[in-house]
Formats: sequence, C-alpha cells, structure tokens
Amino acid sequence: MTKVTSSLRYSKEHEWVQQLEGNRVRIGISDYAQKALGDIVFVENPAIDDEVTVNESMGTIESVKAVSELYSPVSGTIVTVNEELEGAPETINEHPFEAGWLVEVEMSNPEELDSLLNEDEYQAFTNEGEE
Amino acid sequence: MGTETALKQTPLFEVYKKYGAKVIDFGGWALPVQFSSILEEHEAVRTEAGLFDVSHMGEVLVEGKDAESYINYLVTNDVTKLSINQAQYTAMCYPDGGTVDDLLVYKLGNEKYLLVINAANIEKDYEWMKQHVKGEMALQNISEDIAQLAIQGPKAESILQKLTEIDLSEIGSFKFAQHVNISGITDILVSRTGYTGENGYELYLAADKAVVLWEKLLEAGTTNGLQPCGLGARDTLRLEARLALYGQELSNDISPLEAGIGFVVKTNKESDFIGKSALTEQKEAGLKRKLVGIEVTGRGIPRHGYKVISQGGEEIGIVTSGTQSPSLKKSLGLALVSADQAEVGTPIKVEIRNKLIEAVIVNAPFYKR
Repeated sequence: MTKVTSSLRYSKEHEWVQQLEGNRVRIGISDYAQKALGDIVFVENPAIDDEVTVNESMGTIESVKAVSELYSPVSGTIVTVNEELEGAPETINEHPFEAGWLVEVEMSNPEELDSLLNEDEYQAFTNEGEE
Repeated sequence: MGTETALKQTPLFEVYKKYGAKVIDFGGWALPVQFSSILEEHEAVRTEAGLFDVSHMGEVLVEGKDAESYINYLVTNDVTKLSINQAQYTAMCYPDGGTVDDLLVYKLGNEKYLLVINAANIEKDYEWMKQHVKGEMALQNISEDIAQLAIQGPKAESILQKLTEIDLSEIGSFKFAQHVNISGITDILVSRTGYTGENGYELYLAADKAVVLWEKLLEAGTTNGLQPCGLGARDTLRLEARLALYGQELSNDISPLEAGIGFVVKTNKESDFIGKSALTEQKEAGLKRKLVGIEVTGRGIPRHGYKVISQGGEEIGIVTSGTQSPSLKKSLGLALVSADQAEVGTPIKVEIRNKLIEAVIVNAPFYKR
C-alpha cells in the first residue's frame, strides 16, 4: 500500500494535481511513483512561462538508475517552479505530496481536470499494475 | 506479473521478497535492482558491508591435459602465470580485437580451470569456447548448478570470518580457497575478488545451498551493518571504481585496449591467442579511441549512449556508463572518446536531451579505497 492524499487528482502517468485558487494548480509525482523510481537524484523542471500541454513531456526526473519523462497532467503556463529541488531532489522521495512538489501551472483548459483520476480510481489503477 | 514467469531466476529468487527486493528484468533475468535503496546499499558497501546475489553469472569448467594451452589461446592474459588457487581477470577476443567477453579464470588444479563469464553472454561464450576446443580436454557449462554470492565492504572479512575456521587473512587478492566450510555448508570456493572497489569475497557453491548461505551471512552480519544489496548499487560501485561492464565499456566493437583494460592483454606472451595480431597492431599504431572518466559540470547526468562533443562542436565519442555518483556526489561517467581528445582536463560537452551540457575529462577511477 502506498500513501495517497485525498482531494488530489491523479494522472495515469503518476502525477498528482492539487487545485489552488482560480485556475492555478500545483503538480507533483505520487508516492507510488517515487517508490517505483527509487532514489531521485536529478529533476529538470520546465521554466517559468513555459507552455505545457496535457500528456506531453514537461521535464525529466532521474533516479540513480533511470531517466523518466515528466508528463504534464494539464495544459497551461508554468507560473512557479520548485527551485528547492535543484539542490535537494531527494525531497521528492521524502515528501512527494508536500515539499517535493514540482511546478504550479495556470491552466488554459480547466476541463482537463475532469479526465484525471480521483483517489480511489488512482489507487485501483496502481493496484492493477502491481498484480 | 505475467512476464516474470519467462525470466530466468537464480536460486535466491524465492527469498528476494522477504528482504524487500524490487525485482526487475536484467537482460532476461529476474534480479533485484535494490532491497532498501541504491544509495543506502552503496553506502553500506563503502562503509560496512553488502551482500549480493550474483548467481546469474556463468561458470564453465575446463578440464584435461590441454586445458591450460586451450584457455591461453582463448584469452588475452597469460594463464601460464597462474598458480593453483589463483584467479586472473582476462578478456576473450575476436580475431579483429573486439571483445567476446571479460571473465575470471580460476586455476583449480593443474588440469582444471573454472571460467566465470557474464550472464548475458553465457550462450554466446559457450558456443565460442566449443568452436575452439583443441586437444585432450573437456568443457562443461555448469552455470545452472553454481550459485555465487558476493560479500563486499570493509567489514566483509570480519563477518565471513565469524562463520569459518579457515584464516581468511591468508587469502590474498585474486587468490582463493577451495572446499571451504562456512557455517556448516561445505565445498564453497572463497575468492578474494569483487566488483565494487572494496575488499571482499566472492563465494561459489552448489545452487541448492545458496539460500542457507545467504541467510547465515545476513544473520552473522546484522550487527556489523551488513545489508542485502541489489544490482543497482553493484553498478554504481563498479562505475566509481572504473570496473568495465560488458555491453557498455566492452563489446564486440570495443577492444580491451580501448576499454582501458590493457593490463589483461599480453601481446608479448609466447603462444598465439585469438586477436593477438589485431591487438598488437592496435598497440603499435596507437589507439584511436580511449576510455576516459568524465565529470558533468553543468546540470545533467551522463548516461550510456549519450554523445560526447568537443568544444569545437565535433562528435568525439560516446558515454559508456554514467550516474550521479553516490560516494563523490558528482555527476560522473565513463566515455569512449577520440584519443586526441582524451587528455585529462579537456573541456567537452555531453549531449543530454538535445542540449549540450558542459563537462570535463577527469581521472578515473573516481574512487579508490
């Protein structure tokens, strides 16, 4: 069992999305994802003002062993980047839902949130993969 | 998982779960990439000790009057220099000097040798060996009957010593003892060798006794910080110590000279061996490519297959291995580059996801104990 925090929505690429005020969302990777990746040693986030598109690569995350793409769960513009991660990428392993967040996005199409999974659906989705 | 049933398993597979292993597909083998965390396991081996299951490695027994001359024709190092109970690191080459595999030769007796080869190459190597059989000798692929555990790190010796009556300090580097009894398990080959850059032992034994030995070792080592380790840590450890990995630093396209293991190529040995003339020529003409250490000073991690670019924008080589080094906390790698760009201190760039990232050629090994 991995930890899933409620009131978040999830993509099938294992990103979580937390709605902030207005059309702004915060994005991170799930506890399941950080466990699957193992020790995270490098994060390449998009830059502020970059446009991101739903289900398209917005950056990369590297564990000791492997390089993985970060897929944006929504479309919009990057408004904030978690710069703490540059010097301390292991924060994602330690606190994936809190201090280990990645970016904040001003959504251009908030309806995309509807196609994301809720907590129960995401839990079921990750359990499937473990069988 | 449905796909896992098709993967080959070592005799330790059944206990991986109990120790929290994350099992992945390593070239057709279901092997643990990690137990706790690669970084934690890496640190354990550098400061205390780690236990690895490396039973996927292949073993071929060569016996007979002509065993020595046969092996000496097959490999680049000089087997005639070995005493009984001594091991030698060597390479097996094609006539053009490309590498079939890198391996260890154990001299078990005057007419008896054990060759330890890479898991992914077992079939290819065995075919190659069979093709060159000559004289009075017999070859036997005993890979499936033999398990191998590696206990590595500064505390490896004291942990292992608790379980055996032989004096381990008497086994020198690249020496071994046969028919050793460890904790009641008999007939173990104990070799002071390893793939981590630390002191340690590789233990060869009958496959059906491997689980018991694994558990006895972990039990004896818990108070000394011994941790089960996966192949993820094995890879970062060997990379820091600049130990070559077949398929990365070595391949059918890369000679042992280019890969920086020229010390195993004895072109002056009297008898002929496969690849001798090509390797001699390479040596005399000067190498076109060399394996070097690189440090990425910009933001990024070098990975196998990334391009190395000169300051002038020319492609000069390729990264063979790379990682964020757990011991040195730097972004480090090994690269095969044009010999004229191989000098330590040369600024280079590594192409990482279409961006050119600053790097420099540095001395390797990165880590020495």
